[in-house]
Amino acid sequence: MTAGVDLSPKAQAIGSDEDVVRVRQLVRTVAVAVKLSLVDQTKLVTAASELARNTLVYGGGGTAEVTVVDDGRRRGVRIVFADAGPGIPDLTLALTDGYTTGGGLGLGLSGARRLVDEFDVDTAVGEGTRVTVTKWSR
Amino acid sequence: MALTTEESGRLVGLLAMHAERVVQRWAEIVAASLRGRLSQAELRLQVQDLHRSMIDAGAEGLADIQSESAGELRAALAELSRGWARQGFSATETAVGLYALKDVLIELADSGEVELRDVITFSGLVDRMGLFTFETYVQTREGLIADQAEQLLELSTPVVKIWDGVVAVPLVGTLDSARAQVVMERLLQTLVDTGSPHAIIDITGVPAVDTQVAQHILKTVVAARLMGADCIISGIRPQIAQTIVALGIEFGDIATKASLADALRHVLRITGVDAARRQPRRDA
Amino acid sequence: MERVPVLKIGDILLVSIQIDMSDQTALALQEDLAERIVETGARGVIIDITALDIVDSFIGRMLSTIASISRVLDAETVVVGMRPAVAITLVELGLSFNGIRTALNVERGMELIAASHDDLGPDEEMDDPEPGQAATSV
Repeated sequence: MTAGVDLSPKAQAIGSDEDVVRVRQLVRTVAVAVKLSLVDQTKLVTAASELARNTLVYGGGGTAEVTVVDDGRRRGVRIVFADAGPGIPDLTLALTDGYTTGGGLGLGLSGARRLVDEFDVDTAVGEGTRVTVTKWSR
Repeated sequence: MALTTEESGRLVGLLAMHAERVVQRWAEIVAASLRGRLSQAELRLQVQDLHRSMIDAGAEGLADIQSESAGELRAALAELSRGWARQGFSATETAVGLYALKDVLIELADSGEVELRDVITFSGLVDRMGLFTFETYVQTREGLIADQAEQLLELSTPVVKIWDGVVAVPLVGTLDSARAQVVMERLLQTLVDTGSPHAIIDITGVPAVDTQVAQHILKTVVAARLMGADCIISGIRPQIAQTIVALGIEFGDIATKASLADALRHVLRITGVDAARRQPRRDA
Repeated sequence: MERVPVLKIGDILLVSIQIDMSDQTALALQEDLAERIVETGARGVIIDITALDIVDSFIGRMLSTIASISRVLDAETVVVGMRPAVAITLVELGLSFNGIRTALNVERGMELIAASHDDLGPDEEMDDPEPGQAATSV
């Protein structure tokens, strides 16, 4: 059915500005391959852009891993952003609209959460942060 | 449950030896249950097809319907049940189409052409073929329903240009989240395609609005604004106005008008004032 | 690093973003534009984002900042050509384009800038109507 489209997991290191662009392009390619609608593609790529920037700015760099998931009925795209940065001391606060420590608009985490179907943050102070997001096709 | 190579060999032998009789009786029994909705000739062709695929599959050892050698047989079964599902035959009628083969086998047993024991073994296979047909049937129908739901969405969300630079969406019927989303995307795309800076969402034909739908409409208006277009909502019924207030939904500074006509007049006045402002004889 | 070209058409600066900008590129554009406004004495800036398939909070902030800067420098900024999927995503992200004027396309954007200059002195204009404008309005 998806002959010719490579759906194996792909990883992208996030160490610079250009890498954030590469994450966006990678996520876009996979989202198109699993046939997300145009609006859903746009939402997922936007969320990925926000989270990749967070990984770079707050986590001091890390990786993004993009996988295709299948729950039997539909397919989706899952992205895991991992860094070994300082972690998030107060997650509730970090997820509040408008809260920022980096001089941004404070919409990165909270906004990204609204753009995806599943959103999970695993963080430990001093050890790092792992944000997992999933968007399902309809 | 599966047939041994020996058993499948006997089945193939039986089907091949009495080919004419099997096909004839099979077609007759099915025809009786369909009461003439499929011509005898057509039915005979389809049955013949199945009969042939069973023999072909059996020649390679027809252990089970799911086995590899049964690929062609499954394809033939799927084609038959898809065809029948599309023609509006019921699930029972489709299944009976296969179970008729059991009656044929019993008739063969009655005339001593086959052991009763074998009939029972073969019946197991026919049952599984029937179940497979049934599953394909359900899948086909589900596909049909999904297609129709999509067509309905397309039909029920027309975006029309009603004036130069003004497009309108007259919404009719219940708005669920999925439909609201389709409307939203369609409207915004039309704004781009036609270069229209004004949109009117008319909800006269919408019986009720819940929080989600109201949110969708609001988001559409905000999205249109981001793109540089202006949205007006018209035709809000008294009950809906009450719901909106009761739910505490903020319509903010979004323009609302009683009817589509009022909304259009409003838009024309805005653009008209714009034009009049630059007309030298505006004091006249 | 790639740079986004800034074109001058009459007294309007036109920026058509055709690439997937890294954050550095976006910041560079912001600086370039401020310089060009002063240099050319432009009265309006049109930023065409037709080719952008996403606008995240960083680019959103860049657009807001450009609008604010140009206002200080007495020029009107209009963002044109936002795609529907991008607009829907921005609404979900929670980004409000406060203070940014938008139009469907470049042509409408130019009309907006022309109209905002009309507002400044409608009476003067009546005595001496600019030839092109009277024609577009009727």
